[in-house]
Amino acid sequence: MSAGTYTPRPGAAPLPRMIAAQTALETRMLLRNGEQLLLTVIIPTLLLVLFSAVDIVDTGSGASVDFLAPGILALAVMSTAFTGQAIATGFERRYGVLKRLAASPLPRWALMTAKTLSVLVTEVLQIVLLTAIALALGWSPEGNPLSVLLLLVLGTAAFSGLGLLMAGTLKAEATLAAANLVFLLLLVGGGVIVPLDKFPDAAQSVLGLLPVSALSEGLRDVLQHGASMPWAEAGILAVWAVLGLGAAAKFFRWE
Amino acid sequence: MENEPVVQVKGLVKRYGTKTAVNGLDLVVATGAVTAVLGPNGAGKTTTIETCEGYRRPDAGTVRVLGLDPVADAERLRPRVGVMLQSGGVYSGARADEMLRHMAKLHAHPLDVDALIERLGLADCGRTTYRRLSGGQQQRLSLAMAVVGRPELVFLDEPTAGLDPQARRSTWDLVRELRADGVSVVLTTHFMDEAEALADDVAIIDAGRVIARGSPEQLCRGGAENTLRFTGRPGLDLGSLVKALPDGSGAAEPLPGTYRITGSVDPQLLATVTSWCAQHDVMPEGISVERHTLEDVFLELTGKELRA
Ligand SMILES: Nc1ncnc2c1ncn2[C@@H]1O[C@H](COP(=O)(O)OP(=O)(O)OP(=O)(O)O)[C@@H](O)[C@H]1O
Ligand SMILES: [Mg+2]
Repeated sequence: MSAGTYTPRPGAAPLPRMIAAQTALETRMLLRNGEQLLLTVIIPTLLLVLFSAVDIVDTGSGASVDFLAPGILALAVMSTAFTGQAIATGFERRYGVLKRLAASPLPRWALMTAKTLSVLVTEVLQIVLLTAIALALGWSPEGNPLSVLLLLVLGTAAFSGLGLLMAGTLKAEATLAAANLVFLLLLVGGGVIVPLDKFPDAAQSVLGLLPVSALSEGLRDVLQHGASMPWAEAGILAVWAVLGLGAAAKFFRWE
Repeated sequence: MENEPVVQVKGLVKRYGTKTAVNGLDLVVATGAVTAVLGPNGAGKTTTIETCEGYRRPDAGTVRVLGLDPVADAERLRPRVGVMLQSGGVYSGARADEMLRHMAKLHAHPLDVDALIERLGLADCGRTTYRRLSGGQQQRLSLAMAVVGRPELVFLDEPTAGLDPQARRSTWDLVRELRADGVSVVLTTHFMDEAEALADDVAIIDAGRVIARGSPEQLCRGGAENTLRFTGRPGLDLGSLVKALPDGSGAAEPLPGTYRITGSVDPQLLATVTSWCAQHDVMPEGISVERHTLEDVFLELTGKELRA
């Protein structure tokens, strides 16, 4: 390189360009990671296909795919916004990526915006794929798409807050273990594939307050039963979102 | 304002819990210069640099970088300052060129990424992701990320740790090119030859304070005096030699037939000694000048025992 190559010419790129670049990078990192794909694509797909085809769990009246598809969509949101984001962000923190980016022209809020956009992009890909599979399995969704959208957004906010809280406070290994464990527990106990009314009454009322139960039950109300807007479930998700995002904002450690 | 220092640290104190990592440190970095910060492990080099980078808030003292407060004015400073962390900083699943291109996209007028990849020998990293790159490749990527945004000032925390000799020389050349193009450089290192080769200014810090500073030449001169040694016939009368030498020099015969001349050893002094030998019919065998290196000065100042 010739003389003058390094002559200072500092400057931040325009914000939209920075956010777009960061979103693209975060999404690529996510899609390149085998374990993340297992969690976000393969497990939801397998569960949907397996449990629709084989009547392992009694899903009540009607085609089992009509019960399962909303639960699997809720699971997909949880896998990306909570589990995947928690693990990825935990390791980024551990390996100094967040620290290094903090010294770049990208503001912190722009980094968080990019992370959210990357989660949303991934969710869109998941939903397109899972919807296509569910439709092929004979799913006949009902209800108002806008209600579905609102529930998905609230669910994403709730899970992101909890995922970031975990990633920003625990050690990366602890986040990895805890995020996977929570994923598994919520998969079983959160009304995703096992209807909540299979649990004892006392347990039901508690489990119903979990974010994944609120999301899967809410989506089911709309998509399976044609309800216009399940406000109770939306309210539960909103409370989780406020608590989770608030705590994450307060306790998140960048290093 | 050309001569205003790029970095000005006054009375910096930084504690981690009860441990005081930096304890009243003063540092001035001249614009356009290469400044090397030396010091034993745990001396507080990284803490000082990271405070200048805005990562830590001083517990006492003031820090100004390009005339601004690194914490309060972080947003304005970040595009102007390049940072190479002592370790890490890259997505473990990212490829070298991918990460560098990304950093370039965050800046308005970045360097040509392909040329920089070529320049730092990162081309053969190919499609390998960061976690599988060799330590030296990771180090060079981190260096590239510090300069790609065309900063006015770069902080390099141990830029040549773990590099092979070729890569180290190539990093030195890069630092020289940065300096030649008007970039101010602050680097930390454990290699004294590196500081001697690159730095206009050296600050030696120990236990969180600057214990010596100056150009490498000043430090080497200021430390212990240089020594000239030779062997010859035992029992020479050194009195006439001392008279011939400049003031402040000394001559001794620590072992019979072994002579040691101390003082500011320069060609003139060497000539004086050899002509004195000629006059006295002495063949000065094994005559040698021991130049004090920065390493001698460093060890003298910081002691020879290992640090925690
Ligand atoms: N985050 C931290 N928490 C607690 N103590 C810390 C932290 N960072 C550094 N220290 C301590 O502060 C002291 C100074 O550390 P620092 O990293 O600044 O040293 P250094 O001069 O860069 O050393 P090295 O040459 O080994 O890189 C050390 O005793 C270290 O253990
Ligand atoms: Mg250090």
